[in-house]
Amino acid sequence: MKKASLFTVSRLHGLAPLALALALGGAVVPAAQADTTLTNASFDVARELFAALNKPFIAEWDKQHQDHLVIKQTHAGSSTQARSIIQGLNADVVTFNQTSDIDVIAHAGLIDSNWQQRLPEHSSPFYSTMAFLVRKGNPKHLTSWQDLAEQGVELVFPNPKTSGNGRYTYLGAWASQSALNHNDEANTEAFMRRFLANAVVLDSGGRGATTSFIERGQGDALITFESEARSLAKQYGDKYEVVVPKVDVIAEMPVAWVDASVRKNNSEALAKDYLNYLYTPQAQTIIADHFYRVRNEQVAKQIAGRFPDTHLLNISDVFGSWDSILSTHFASGGKLDQLQRQ
Amino acid sequence: MSKPRRILPGFHLSLGIALVYVSIILLLPLGSLVGQLADLSWARYWSIITDPRNLASYRITVLSAALASLFNMLFGLLCAWVLVRYTFPGKRILDALMDLPFALPTAVAGITISTLYASQGAIGQWLGFKVAYSWLGIVVAMAFTSVPFVVRTVQPVLEELPASVDEAAITLGASNAYAFRRVILPFIWPALLTGTGLAFARSLGEYGAVIFVAGNMPYKTEVTSLMVVTRLQEFDYPAAAAIASVVLIASLLLLLVINIYQARFFRRIHGNQHV
Amino acid sequence: MQRVGDSLPVKWTLIVLALVLTALVLVVPLIEIVRQALAGGVGELLDNLTNTYTLSAIWLTLLIAVITVPLNVLFGTVLAWLVTRFRFLGRRLLQTLIDIPFAVSPVIAGLVYLLLYGRNGWLGQWLAGYDIQLMFAWPGMVLVTLFVTSPFVARELIPLMQAQGRQEEEAAVSLGARGAQLFYRITLPNIRSGLIYGAILTNARAMGEFGAVSVVSGMINGVTISLPLQVEQLYQDYNTVGSFVSALLLAMLAVLTLVIKGLLEWLAERRQQRHSKVAEDV
Repeated sequence: MKKASLFTVSRLHGLAPLALALALGGAVVPAAQADTTLTNASFDVARELFAALNKPFIAEWDKQHQDHLVIKQTHAGSSTQARSIIQGLNADVVTFNQTSDIDVIAHAGLIDSNWQQRLPEHSSPFYSTMAFLVRKGNPKHLTSWQDLAEQGVELVFPNPKTSGNGRYTYLGAWASQSALNHNDEANTEAFMRRFLANAVVLDSGGRGATTSFIERGQGDALITFESEARSLAKQYGDKYEVVVPKVDVIAEMPVAWVDASVRKNNSEALAKDYLNYLYTPQAQTIIADHFYRVRNEQVAKQIAGRFPDTHLLNISDVFGSWDSILSTHFASGGKLDQLQRQ
Repeated sequence: MSKPRRILPGFHLSLGIALVYVSIILLLPLGSLVGQLADLSWARYWSIITDPRNLASYRITVLSAALASLFNMLFGLLCAWVLVRYTFPGKRILDALMDLPFALPTAVAGITISTLYASQGAIGQWLGFKVAYSWLGIVVAMAFTSVPFVVRTVQPVLEELPASVDEAAITLGASNAYAFRRVILPFIWPALLTGTGLAFARSLGEYGAVIFVAGNMPYKTEVTSLMVVTRLQEFDYPAAAAIASVVLIASLLLLLVINIYQARFFRRIHGNQHV
Repeated sequence: MQRVGDSLPVKWTLIVLALVLTALVLVVPLIEIVRQALAGGVGELLDNLTNTYTLSAIWLTLLIAVITVPLNVLFGTVLAWLVTRFRFLGRRLLQTLIDIPFAVSPVIAGLVYLLLYGRNGWLGQWLAGYDIQLMFAWPGMVLVTLFVTSPFVARELIPLMQAQGRQEEEAAVSLGARGAQLFYRITLPNIRSGLIYGAILTNARAMGEFGAVSVVSGMINGVTISLPLQVEQLYQDYNTVGSFVSALLLAMLAVLTLVIKGLLEWLAERRQQRHSKVAEDV
């Protein structure tokens, strides 16, 4: 397992030009020598979730081992994380909110291409769906994706090009309309055109969209992951309501260990233990408390009623593989670009 | 070395240091950008940079940057003038404040400006029109981040202006406005243009501050830097490099013009004895 | 003797206008930061200020500045000396080259470093052979900050040194002054104000840089997160107070550097006055 040297460079062998910089660096953060570390690259709004999840895991690990476990968290948009890992960010495990972003790392050869088969439930220990956060009393009566495309409705959601959140919004709207008209593509495209035209702000990330909706008072509905909508509703008290449409899409939260990194850091066993821990009832309860839907049936039963019954469509059933989704819908010149053209 | 021109020491040493530093810090990394471009055919490059959505973003970026620079030209001139010519309480504070936009991280500026100018914000609620989430928001963000350029280029030149010049003009009976227009303005004009040009170049590439206030609607409030980042999210490095190269070339040309202009200006006011 | 714009109505109209506009454009945002940081009371502010992540972010931010500022002051001075004191082929090109970081959007700056020093970059691959990883660790963050702040000192010095010309130095050389002596006795006193201002700007930007650093940081909590990155991270986390507390810290660091600059200028002025007085007395 990787022994903590806070900076990878501190292992270099006497290269003169960096000596000064090294000395300075050593002075700034003294390396905690005996610790075992695990680096978890995660998506941007999961900081509190993993802070809660890591605590019991570390306690358990410390009890069984001589040294101390340090889990280093890094949070950013999951596409950004994927890019960083391909360019050399030394993360042992990834916990993302976009299946396609793990695929990208797999294509680069750093994760085994059959990663989805390595852990239960296609390597997705928990999931969510899309929800609408509306103002108290739902003044515009927005209950389905179709309502959102009506004239005069103003929507706030992040840019599908730059955020996973926005991508699922787009796919959720598309899938529900497509289910309604039995795959009449021309009809779906006309609907999507109206839907996209109702957007008043396309922030680059989920947080920006939330700020626009809550603090700047833009729009009638904020579209985001159910987990986030619920935690927002909780945080802001009785000013907002969460609406989960009857027909919606599953947003899987995939996890994987990064083969290239765990080989280098000699941390494969620890990484697997950590990911498997996410499936345990203990972890699943913590996850459910953060408003994500969970796989463990016992835990799911205990919290029944916390999540409304929704017909959840599988992304791959409606759209096929993520590769084809990206190239058909989100690539430059793809469907999204065409539908936004004026 | 025996040439009469190089009386001063240190030519080879300073040339060596400068070249090494420029190569490592500037040229090598930029080379990798060019390397990305090499993967593209001309036709592909052209079709990326002339994509309608990118064209719209150039228009928005250039227009907003122009408006922001115009504001800074006037505001910067005003502040430089006040700081050089008058003494008043709080002058040192005003002087120090001018550098604030350089010191403040652009993301902080962006978040703060969008809070202030949103329709319920401290400033936004008094305005009858939308600033945040419209292209005016882009102008405000660009204007804020480039405030110091004009002030700091005009200030030293204005300080150099000998008192005798405008005294003479006044003594000869010129009005204040006339003397300013015909005597002072021509003197500071090159510095004013240089500062405005720098502010403009900076605004073209601004991302952090703009992104929070723009609203980012396709064809309406998307700036070119956002288009670059969007391409990065798609893992399309060559396309990102292509769009980035357009901004880069535009800014570089601008800077080259500024540099040549600055050099000519110094020759003009100081005679030809300097380089 | 009266100068242009000295009449009282004109003078005070302009002063008031400048103050009002500055208040609107620069002071109001500053107040907003303080207001947001205090939104949860002093206790919450202190909590956010003293947690380990904030402390490590402060350290990292200072480390970046401590390495970047001296290197770029040195480089800027050398470069300004080179382009204003000598004529050579490619001088104008060099001068424009060093302005590039002004023109490059910071995100692009980060990206080009990643492409060069990252796992797939050719320098990155070579360094990996020695088990050196620059990106996603603080050395990478220092490198991009060096890039972004490289023009500030030179930009300040070049116009100044151009305006001053080189007669003084040439005279000193003909009187027998040598390299270091020449620099410390003749050049440095003349460019001191520009050098200080350049260093201040470099420092401010080094501590405040966000875009370029965010690309190469990897955002590892408590390790590669500097204060500006912390602002963004906490903001993404819905910890608005924490985010603005970090922003306030940066604003205070900025104000502090500006105060130091003012102090240095004041000292320099005083010394000059003393010198001229001594000269008169003699």
